[in-house]
Amino acid sequence: MSVTVIISIVAYLILAPIAGGLLAGIDRKISARMQGRFGPPILQPFYDFFKLLEKEPITVNKVQDFYVMCFLIFIVITGCFFFAGGDLLLVIFTLTLASIFLVIAAFSSNSPYAQIGAERELLQMMAYEPMVLITAIGFYLINGSFAISEIVSSEKMGILYLPGIFLGFVFILTIKLRKSPFDLSMSHHGHQELVKGLTTEFSGKTMAVIEIAHWYENIFLLGFVYLFFVNTASWSPVLAVAVCLVTYFIEILIDNSYARMKWQIAINASWIVAITLGFVNLLVIYYVR
Amino acid sequence: MSTIFFLILFPLVVALALLVLKTDAARDIIVKVSAIVIAVASIYLAFTYFGSGGKFFDFENESINYLMMGIEICLAILIFYLGIKHKKYLASVLAAIQAPLMVWFELSIGHGIHVVNNLYIDRLSIIMVLIIGIIGTLITWYSIGYMKDFQHHHHDQPDRRPLFFFLMFLFLSAMFGIVVSNNLVWLYFFWEITTLCSFFLIGFTRTKEAINNSFRALIMNLLGGLGFVLAIIVLGTMGTLELNQLLLAGMMGYDLTLPVALLAFAGITKAAQMPFNSWLLGAMVAPTPTSALLHSSTMVKAGVFLIVKLAPVLSGNLAGIMVMTVGGITFLMASFAAISQSNAKRVLAYSTVANLGLIVACGGIGTSAAVWAAVMLIIFHAVTKSLLFLCVGTAEHNIGSRDIEDMDGLFGRMPKLAAFMIVGISGMFLAPLGMLISKWAAMKAFVDSGNVLLVMMIVFGSSATLFYWTKWLGKMTAIMAKQENIQGKVHKEEWLVLTSLTVMTVVICLIFPLMSTYLVVPYLTAVYSTVGTLALSAGNMYIMSGMLAIVVLLPLLFYGKTNKRIVPIYMAGANLGDDLSFENSMHQPTSVSLKNWYMEGYFGEKKMNLIGVLTTTAVLLFTFAVLLGGVL
Amino acid sequence: MYDVERFGIINTGNPKHADIFLVTGSVNEQNISVVKQIYEQMPEPKVVVAIGICATSGGIFKECYNIMGGIDTVIPVDVYVPGCAARPEAIIDGVVKGLGVLAEKRAAMDKKPAAAAKAEIAADTKAAAKAEAQANSSEQKEAEATVAAIKEKEEA
Repeated sequence: MSVTVIISIVAYLILAPIAGGLLAGIDRKISARMQGRFGPPILQPFYDFFKLLEKEPITVNKVQDFYVMCFLIFIVITGCFFFAGGDLLLVIFTLTLASIFLVIAAFSSNSPYAQIGAERELLQMMAYEPMVLITAIGFYLINGSFAISEIVSSEKMGILYLPGIFLGFVFILTIKLRKSPFDLSMSHHGHQELVKGLTTEFSGKTMAVIEIAHWYENIFLLGFVYLFFVNTASWSPVLAVAVCLVTYFIEILIDNSYARMKWQIAINASWIVAITLGFVNLLVIYYVR
Repeated sequence: MSTIFFLILFPLVVALALLVLKTDAARDIIVKVSAIVIAVASIYLAFTYFGSGGKFFDFENESINYLMMGIEICLAILIFYLGIKHKKYLASVLAAIQAPLMVWFELSIGHGIHVVNNLYIDRLSIIMVLIIGIIGTLITWYSIGYMKDFQHHHHDQPDRRPLFFFLMFLFLSAMFGIVVSNNLVWLYFFWEITTLCSFFLIGFTRTKEAINNSFRALIMNLLGGLGFVLAIIVLGTMGTLELNQLLLAGMMGYDLTLPVALLAFAGITKAAQMPFNSWLLGAMVAPTPTSALLHSSTMVKAGVFLIVKLAPVLSGNLAGIMVMTVGGITFLMASFAAISQSNAKRVLAYSTVANLGLIVACGGIGTSAAVWAAVMLIIFHAVTKSLLFLCVGTAEHNIGSRDIEDMDGLFGRMPKLAAFMIVGISGMFLAPLGMLISKWAAMKAFVDSGNVLLVMMIVFGSSATLFYWTKWLGKMTAIMAKQENIQGKVHKEEWLVLTSLTVMTVVICLIFPLMSTYLVVPYLTAVYSTVGTLALSAGNMYIMSGMLAIVVLLPLLFYGKTNKRIVPIYMAGANLGDDLSFENSMHQPTSVSLKNWYMEGYFGEKKMNLIGVLTTTAVLLFTFAVLLGGVL
Repeated sequence: MYDVERFGIINTGNPKHADIFLVTGSVNEQNISVVKQIYEQMPEPKVVVAIGICATSGGIFKECYNIMGGIDTVIPVDVYVPGCAARPEAIIDGVVKGLGVLAEKRAAMDKKPAAAAKAEIAADTKAAAKAEAQANSSEQKEAEATVAAIKEKEEA
């Protein structure tokens, strides 16, 4: 392992939760402003996080904390693989493993709300998984490698070859970032339909673990957006980061413009997007190559 | 060579002995001893030929050919008779076409062809021998306890266990025959024996449903057998009956598309690919060890074994396109259909069909990387799926149901069994376990093949796979209050087998880089002379092993430990305190029952089967129309 | 726009995520067990705010045969917000006061380990809890500035 790899892993481990928490704070602030409110302080997510740590330790069974801890561990491992320049498919598979742990944690409670949340989370995974895999395949086709280190050091800028896949990815990012209209399994807003869905039975420290895991996850997901815009040019990382921020802003805008939709729409829309934008884009690359 | 003969003949002798002996004690001992002997012999065989990597044997004996022909005729007459008796005339018709055709061929054209090497062993055979010899015998071992329970549950019926064990061991013998025969006529003979074993085992309970399903399996496999016979005849007119000659000629550029397509068709029927998948689903009426042995880990693997064997001559021609399309469609549609199933055995059956589809598609692509993925899939699938089938069998006998909905909170009732099942299910689709590693390689092979449709099939099929496995996993991991531990009643034999299979599931994931380096890659080098880059670089393999260590260690260290206060779950403030019921608006307790999501409207079994069967039938018809059009 | 989130407070339907329990109606035979259970399911430290005169004392329904009175007859109440109906500013003020109580309770928890609350099995009555709303709060921020800030907002 080279020094840069170690530096990127350490940087991810330390900076990702800070950046992710800040992003969440900015998100809440912008959302409030979009709704004509003043909004909480930017650092509010951190206050919430520390408050959760101080709550009384309760749980509904002996195992759910274990699963949630595995969720955090594997999300962090996923991010480390990603920022260390590992294999894109390996990253996706590890992310899946992490998400499965979260789903199982919810299932283990045998609580009606949590279980419906878990099933919906699974449905969402089924909805976005094809597009995520297509994204990885798209990068492989233009760079001849699944290795992220090779993708970022390639001459080719992904977006020029993969515009359809980029749009498709941003579409399913709405699901991954748990934004309306596709925040079916859980949400940061006060939807009462499923109480808190997936996270209904988590509280205190367990909830804090989930929060921090989501911060890690969000930063890593924006890393995917970054991949589309980076190449050997020295200005490309700046552009890529800017696009990441714009993308996140658009997600906030979508979040505030839509109500939660039915699960049928979530799966239909995601798969149609994967089949049209993703498939057609792949076809074009194969044809042009 | 004597070991090979031993492996074919010894199970046969044991089978006959078991047919005659009627006492439990004698049967137990014979099954256990011979299981050990067969397993040891197959490991010995693997070690003997491991270094040299394989060998051909010119063993020649005219009388064996006549003996086989005689047996084939007898079996054809038997099928003909049973078909008439049960009014399944199609089976009789197929038997009546197939056997005379074969006899005519052997007495005329076949007689004139000198077969140099009747038997062979190479690294792929070694892998298959190990699968049959170890997993197959573990399943027979498991059957001892299982069939006692089975007889107990069906005490109104005559004790047919001698027949059951006879068929199981006969089947092992035939399977060993399949993987070491170089002479296609011999291969065909063993192929037909497995078809018959499957037929009798599916019809084992003699209920109307079982008989109907057994005939469906028979008819479909006889259809495949007919394809096999035609392939032999076409090849015979070309002058060879040897598998290795066929592969050599094909790789040198001779046009062998028609016979290869016919053989692949036989493989497709045996591997229960669409449009023939319904026989495997129907086969689930058989006792569970049958499902584990024949319909997941071994017999259906004979179909994919043949296709993987033919992979080098499938690459890039119409037959290959047919095979990969059929495999891809089957993978996609069977994965979807599995979502709508709540019967655990049917979920396993659909998953089997889907994974075989993946292997078949890899075979159809035919590149070395694809074959690598296919062989890995065969190994991992055999171990993991037999574990799952046997777990379901044990669960069924102890909780009285094979419905996933009834496995609610199995973790509380049968913790050990649930843990084994969790390992099995995770092994089917999660990183860093076996099936995912192979699927990863398969995906890369698909992408490299340039077939975008196939890529889309694996991409969507994989996400469906994720859905149906996890919701099952969730059912079992649910922690429910007030549950009685009932796993004390499980037979010792069953625990032994389940434990070994669970350990194997994990261990083969740990040692798979070794298997890849010392078994699969040398096989590919022998076949393809050059091996392209594999999907998984050494670095990624180590990462996988490291992750596996984490996944194994974490639960051992931290699972189930908490010092937190345990509180009831949230039920809108109306939880009665036991987490299982709430107080309704009439002040009455109402129990909570949580059901899984089956999405019938999206992935209904009928719809998925219809689409799959129609498209694959069209592909098969189109291919054979073009191929026959070219010949005529 | 009345914005309670500016104090870091989010509305949640889940007692397990909540710090402050807002009850907006009186307690009757039907919902007594529900109110109790929701209160019990909130992890310590927790604060109860009674919103409106019904929740505070039972209000005009106090003498009804099925009404227990204010919610303090069932669970301990920390902040009372009177009014019929309580004005939004008053509710926000009450919630922010609750934040202060929450901080005190948390400080008290640090001194002595929290005694495990006794789990009580719900009694024989139940109804759809019309009076449940919890608030997921956070650090106490700008508590004193509450009313002033809201007034500014209204003028603006």
